[in-house]
Amino acid sequence: MFLVELRKLVGRPRTWVTIGLLAGLPTLVAVLLRVTGVGPRPGQGPAFLAQVLNNGALFPAAALALVLPVFLPVAVAVLAGDTVAGEASAGTLRYLLVRPVGRTRLLVAKLAVTVVFVFLAVLVVAGVAFAVGAWLFGVKPLPSVSGQTIAAQDATWRTAVTVAYVAWSMLGVAAVALFASTVTDSPLAAALGALAALVTSQVLDLLDAAAAIKPYLPTHYWLAFVDLFRTPVLWHGVSRGFAIQAVYIAVFLGAAWANFATKDIKS
Amino acid sequence: MIRTEGLTKRFGGLVAVDGVDLDVGEGDLFGFLGPNGSGKTTTVRMLLGLVFATSGRIEVLGRPMPRAAREVLPQVGSLVEGPAFYPHLSGRANLALFDAAGPRFTGGPWRSPGPPRATPGGRDRRRRIDDALGRVGLDRVGRRPVRAWSSGMRQRLGLAAALLRAPRLLVLDEPTNGLDPHGMREVRDLLAELVAGGSTVFLSSHLLAEVELVCTRAAIVDRGRLVAQDRVEALLGPTGRVLVTTPDVGAAADLAAALPGVRLGERGGDRLAVHLDGTAPEALNRRLVDGGVRVRELVVERSTLEDVFLRLTGRDGHVPG
Repeated sequence: MFLVELRKLVGRPRTWVTIGLLAGLPTLVAVLLRVTGVGPRPGQGPAFLAQVLNNGALFPAAALALVLPVFLPVAVAVLAGDTVAGEASAGTLRYLLVRPVGRTRLLVAKLAVTVVFVFLAVLVVAGVAFAVGAWLFGVKPLPSVSGQTIAAQDATWRTAVTVAYVAWSMLGVAAVALFASTVTDSPLAAALGALAALVTSQVLDLLDAAAAIKPYLPTHYWLAFVDLFRTPVLWHGVSRGFAIQAVYIAVFLGAAWANFATKDIKS
Repeated sequence: MIRTEGLTKRFGGLVAVDGVDLDVGEGDLFGFLGPNGSGKTTTVRMLLGLVFATSGRIEVLGRPMPRAAREVLPQVGSLVEGPAFYPHLSGRANLALFDAAGPRFTGGPWRSPGPPRATPGGRDRRRRIDDALGRVGLDRVGRRPVRAWSSGMRQRLGLAAALLRAPRLLVLDEPTNGLDPHGMREVRDLLAELVAGGSTVFLSSHLLAEVELVCTRAAIVDRGRLVAQDRVEALLGPTGRVLVTTPDVGAAADLAAALPGVRLGERGGDRLAVHLDGTAPEALNRRLVDGGVRVRELVVERSTLEDVFLRLTGRDGHVPG
């Protein structure tokens, strides 16, 4: 079943358009930075961008920081929101289930394909960003956010952990969207539901009055991967982020399964 | 092949299906009739494990549903509320994708209704797809995406998908929707051929003439309740009326009215309806001929499925809310 779902994902032009657009945004930013030479002042603007002008090796991390707040979660929410609701609205869900594909099996396959998409998107963004960064700005040993230098080998694993962390965070989004996708038969409504949850979380994260619940918001630790480029690495935020996403993923996948396995399919 | 006992489904306060006891035997071409909103589709969905029954039992191929769905459904081909496909793919690619989903096709222990017996796994997928497409007259469709197909072609493709695994039981909901008269005829022939080959067909439809033409048994549901279930011939019994056509209508009426128990029905032009109430039609005929009436035609009226249907589901034409 996983292979069938994978074939559907790969065979759909919109998958590649989405990934292309995701990689396109940081590329556009890099070109503008290179041409104008005007970077944000250190400590302002998106993470790492100020340093990128001097060193392209930081650009993968900078690119992920660019797409992370809005672009990437929107793409993931749309794709994951479409998984079940899209089949329902096209009417193909009932034919899959009478094939028969077990409901749990179908949900797991949909989830696995979403995971593939998330990793693919994050890796392509990071990879394209590395190539673009190296080409436009050159690669030097990294100065860390804290001031010391990070060896190239060191930078590699930090970037790898960053990719994994961002992907894990996006899986939290995917879990919410997958749950929404089992609730409604409209893929748009499902994507919108997941995005509403994210926007709520991001708004609350800016609100001082919500200080008590901030550490438990799904988006609160998204940008904590910046700490991976400090020396020594500040693990607190990243590990909290991993743990909180794990809870969100478990809860929403559980809810999605419980809902879908017992649902009357009337589409 | 299908047996339900007290099958009931409530959606909130609405009772969509109410204590339905269906009994479909092996080799039946079973017509399942009912007005819009009578619970036909909900029943079909419960048989296939898409909708869960509130109460009652379902057995399909002798196994309980939905518990035994993994064993039962691979032997069932279905078309539920119209076909559905991935519009950007060709018909062939759609069938391949559906076939690849779910458990591998193993050929199964049942008698295959089609000529070619499928071999284990997906290896013979291409051949089975060719065969299914051929059976519904789509063997020359080419590679155009389904998006560009007419609704009749999609309907045929839906049938092909149902036939893909040489099913023992076909559950078809309105299979001739969107087909032209030729297509309908072909589908009727196809169903008859499948039943002759040992399959059982459960045909949900509101096209009464179609059911009357092909089905051996039928059930009628109304407002969620089963109101009739019998052999089609038994449902279509004589009405007790005889229609006489003759140039001598006046004389015929006088002669017929003199017979014991006979009442005259409506009369117009050269036609006369007679309620016999026990008198044999041939006795009426003798009396008319002996009396010098020139009988052109004397027909024993049989109820059509439409008559039976309208009588059993009698109502003011409002769809239940």
